[in-house]
Amino acid sequence: MKQFITFVRKEFYHVFRDQKTLLLLFGMPVAQIILFGFALTNEIKNSKVLICDHARDAATQNILQRFEASPSFNIEKNILNHKGIEQEFKKGKIRLAVIFPANFQNDLNHFNKAQVQLIADASDPNTATTLTNYASSILMDYQKELQEGQAQFMSIKTDVRMIYNPELKGTTNFVPGVIALVLLLVCVLMTSISIVKEKETGTMELLLVSPFNPILVVLSKAVPYFFLSLINLTVILILSTTLMDMPIKGSIFLLYFASSLLILTALSLGLLISNSTDSQQAAMLISLMGMLIPTMMLTGFMFPLENMPLALQYISNLVPSKWYYTITKSVMIKGMGIEAIWKELLVLTVMTLVLLTISIKKFKIRLA
Amino acid sequence: MTNEVVIKTDKLTKQYGDFVAANQITLEVYQGEIFGFLGANGAGKTTAMRMLCGLSTPSSGSATIGGFDIYKETEQIKKNIGYMSQKFSLYEDLTVMENIRFFGGIYGVPDKDLKERMRSLIETLGLKSEADKLVGSLPLGWKQKLAFSVAIFHEPKIVFLDEPTGGVDPVTRRQFWDLIYDASDKGITIFVTTHYMDEAEYCNRVTMMVDGYIKALDTPYKLKQQFSADSMDDVFYELARNAKRREDQL
Repeated sequence: MKQFITFVRKEFYHVFRDQKTLLLLFGMPVAQIILFGFALTNEIKNSKVLICDHARDAATQNILQRFEASPSFNIEKNILNHKGIEQEFKKGKIRLAVIFPANFQNDLNHFNKAQVQLIADASDPNTATTLTNYASSILMDYQKELQEGQAQFMSIKTDVRMIYNPELKGTTNFVPGVIALVLLLVCVLMTSISIVKEKETGTMELLLVSPFNPILVVLSKAVPYFFLSLINLTVILILSTTLMDMPIKGSIFLLYFASSLLILTALSLGLLISNSTDSQQAAMLISLMGMLIPTMMLTGFMFPLENMPLALQYISNLVPSKWYYTITKSVMIKGMGIEAIWKELLVLTVMTLVLLTISIKKFKIRLA
Repeated sequence: MTNEVVIKTDKLTKQYGDFVAANQITLEVYQGEIFGFLGANGAGKTTAMRMLCGLSTPSSGSATIGGFDIYKETEQIKKNIGYMSQKFSLYEDLTVMENIRFFGGIYGVPDKDLKERMRSLIETLGLKSEADKLVGSLPLGWKQKLAFSVAIFHEPKIVFLDEPTGGVDPVTRRQFWDLIYDASDKGITIFVTTHYMDEAEYCNRVTMMVDGYIKALDTPYKLKQQFSADSMDDVFYELARNAKRREDQL
């Protein structure tokens, strides 16, 4: 045990002496949170909107002018048939279609209510929600003005349809995604590099000649990164709750527990990678290609998994962050307890055990 | 130097597929001896040494290190040997003191001895003002001396040195050998591979490896007599010139 502590202390020296990497490790999550939080979900300008005006009366003209005046919208053209609208959506040229039924003003005047349909391309859920909200508020404004000086209540009912991704999954929950990404990156990349580094510099030979248990060499490498990751997690959580108004509705203890589990999964994966390669470059490349890209693509926080081909959906089950993402969303946003996420926790546990077993088995106690 | 045998090998062989890197190595090394292990690049020196350290499993043959079996008692062997590899391998981003403390720690040197031994080591090496500097900032010669001192810090029975003086200037090499003699005087057996034939002259006995075989094993004096050569250089040339293997074949 004393030897183990000696070793872990040495690992901390390594980590803290390498200040550039340290800066990167802590700078990255901050930059990502800010990037995802502000730059990418900020207000939307000049989105192309298609107007389908079957009424062509004073009321719809008035509303159209308001749309035109808004900096968020850029009115494309006026197409009347549904097929045309669909084609425009498919080409990806427009984000939103606003459809006024015939007799819009008539309905408004005589029945005191009228309908407008908003169709949004929800394959980009953030934009879709924002755009329909903007459009609805323009309609509300108009309704409010009509209401003034009128005794009777007038209402314009908006019928919002999200196409391509009706569930709007992954809307505001980039934070869980970023947490998963950062944890995986720190753990997989840093552990794999740190072990391979010992192989490269030849110190691994000294360690293998020493009576120190080789398995402990591997484990003590993981300790500093485990703590670093927890600190990182805390930084992300503080940033996202204070800056982004991200809720943590569920138990914070559960969140940390699940995160620790993901960290362990990632550490085991890092160990596996480092046991399979002999150079830092190879380890880095495998970690990046093997972790970063699948995590970005197949976790569900950037691209909704529901829209992917079935094969990719199956593959996504192998990505640890996919399970973690579900956990964090359930705990942070929906405020659910362990009964809702035990299955995901189990999957992560099994992954960790399998990876750890393989990597310990693969670890070469003798060099050749 | 005593008559106690600390390294004993019998037909120790390492084979990679068809390639026999070390072929039927049979030798005995006595306690406190400085045992030189010579040979051209690719002759199989490092392979043989790695088997003895437990870094590589022999394909056949048997050996005992410090009385412990090379197959069954590796843990015991590890506690009793020190090793210094070809590549300089201390942690460059740790200070001199931290490196010593680390290796002392993983070899289980007791805390109460650790401080005193560290102090005396730093003094012997004359590294007092460098004790808290990062190892990476030291000149190569000092690094090598430090690496050697670290390898024998836990007072092993045997220390294996794999080309310890590569790239070091003659003066430092001389100082390095002074350290080796000191260690030998304390009863530590030194098993050293080298390319430098002047270093071979410093050894009590040397072996010459050619193409994986041991071609000669005796004191430098007797080897020179046997090959009627003036220097170890000539002995080496005589033996190695017919070698078929070169480094690039490994």
